[in-house]
Amino acid sequence: MHTIFPLSLSGVSFAPNDVPVLADIDLRIEGGARTVILGPNGAGKSVLMRLMHGLLKPTSGQIRWNAGESRPRAQCMVFQRPVMLRRSALANVAYGLKLAGVPRVRRNIQALAALERVGLAHLAARPARVLSGGEQQRVALARAWALEPRILFLDEPTASLDPAAVRSVEQVIADIHAAGTSIVMTTHSLGQARRLADEIIFLHAGRITERTPAAEFFPRPRSIEAQTFLEGE
Amino acid sequence: MNDLPASLTTALGLVAGLDARLLDIVALSLRVSLSAVLLAALLALPLGAQLAVGNFAGRRTLTVIVNGLMGLPAVVVGLLVYLLLSRAGPLGPLGLLFTPTAMVIAQAILVAPLLTALTRQTVEDAWHDYREQLHSLGATTHQATATLLWDTRYSLFTVMLAGFGRAIAEVGAVMIVGGNIDGVTRVMTTTIALETSKGDLPLALALGVILVALVLAINALAYVTGAWAQRKLG
Repeated sequence: MHTIFPLSLSGVSFAPNDVPVLADIDLRIEGGARTVILGPNGAGKSVLMRLMHGLLKPTSGQIRWNAGESRPRAQCMVFQRPVMLRRSALANVAYGLKLAGVPRVRRNIQALAALERVGLAHLAARPARVLSGGEQQRVALARAWALEPRILFLDEPTASLDPAAVRSVEQVIADIHAAGTSIVMTTHSLGQARRLADEIIFLHAGRITERTPAAEFFPRPRSIEAQTFLEGE
Repeated sequence: MNDLPASLTTALGLVAGLDARLLDIVALSLRVSLSAVLLAALLALPLGAQLAVGNFAGRRTLTVIVNGLMGLPAVVVGLLVYLLLSRAGPLGPLGLLFTPTAMVIAQAILVAPLLTALTRQTVEDAWHDYREQLHSLGATTHQATATLLWDTRYSLFTVMLAGFGRAIAEVGAVMIVGGNIDGVTRVMTTTIALETSKGDLPLALALGVILVALVLAINALAYVTGAWAQRKLG
């Protein structure tokens, strides 16, 4: 099958108005894993995700998908604050399908199926903006999942949620991965990183200091920066 | 001031009795101002959205100009439309001067900048929230614009009401291009001006009461719509 992987970043820097945010990033995402990007505030985690997703253009260096396109359709992103359109939960999911060119007759069926997978089919008709924060984030996940992406970027998807909502969102992320989508996410929660990560990319001051399987990272981080970060916890 | 109570009594009598002449005037006012707002909206909605979302040369300049034109004096608009439509003017052959159509055109020109500027502000605020998500989902500029206009529809309805309020309350433009012809182009504001100068205060006052009531009703409608949309859609 035609695959979009690997995603490769070579010598990528990002410095808007000459303020360096990321420097000399070399990274290869093969797909299949759950990759968690950790690092202190301002390390450039969100920017790195946006560069990979294609929302930002690197100042220098190259970002390439195997498919050759600069921004293949088969990748989605879910943001820290879910952006809900002023319409029903179902219509929010169907909206993504519409932009992806899915014919009208199939949209609602696929959207409803996606809502069902995140456990929100019973709220399909409710206006999305009056749902709770956790429910909104699950609608956002359903909107992304409905597009059947090969890879899903998540930028601190549970940052402002209560513990119960965090658990349900983590469950959905695990389900999406189990169904065959690669995951790349950032988080501030080490607990969440432990629960979800197959591998950790540690970012410090705009540079990758290490990339380590999660099982090794937490007991024995290799870089000084990551050690300091974990001790601070 | 002794006239006031007596005039007010007569005025309320006219309103309560649904005086035919009064109703004609009110109906024409509503028809002209409503048409003007709809006409202006055809231009203002897409233009305002483009100013908010678009990425073209001269966008800032155009925004400043549109914002500035919000304060356009009605009499100046009246004068310009008069020059356009008068016999010797470029659109003279159409024979539109001193017709309700001329009044619609003048009021549309008057409120178009207001509608455009408020649409731009409304859509830009929404764009600020939606931008990354819509880009992420691969929306084209055209699709994003349509989505933003639809998603801000209740706010934009309030914007249209603001335009309607300005149109129905103005007197300078319709006076000049309509000519205040009895039974043809006489609307509430021009009648109030004329009857007051003639000394027929009851009719003027009756129209004044209706005009104020209409403007209040419009604002109440705007408020209720906003509150309802907020509750229903978040």
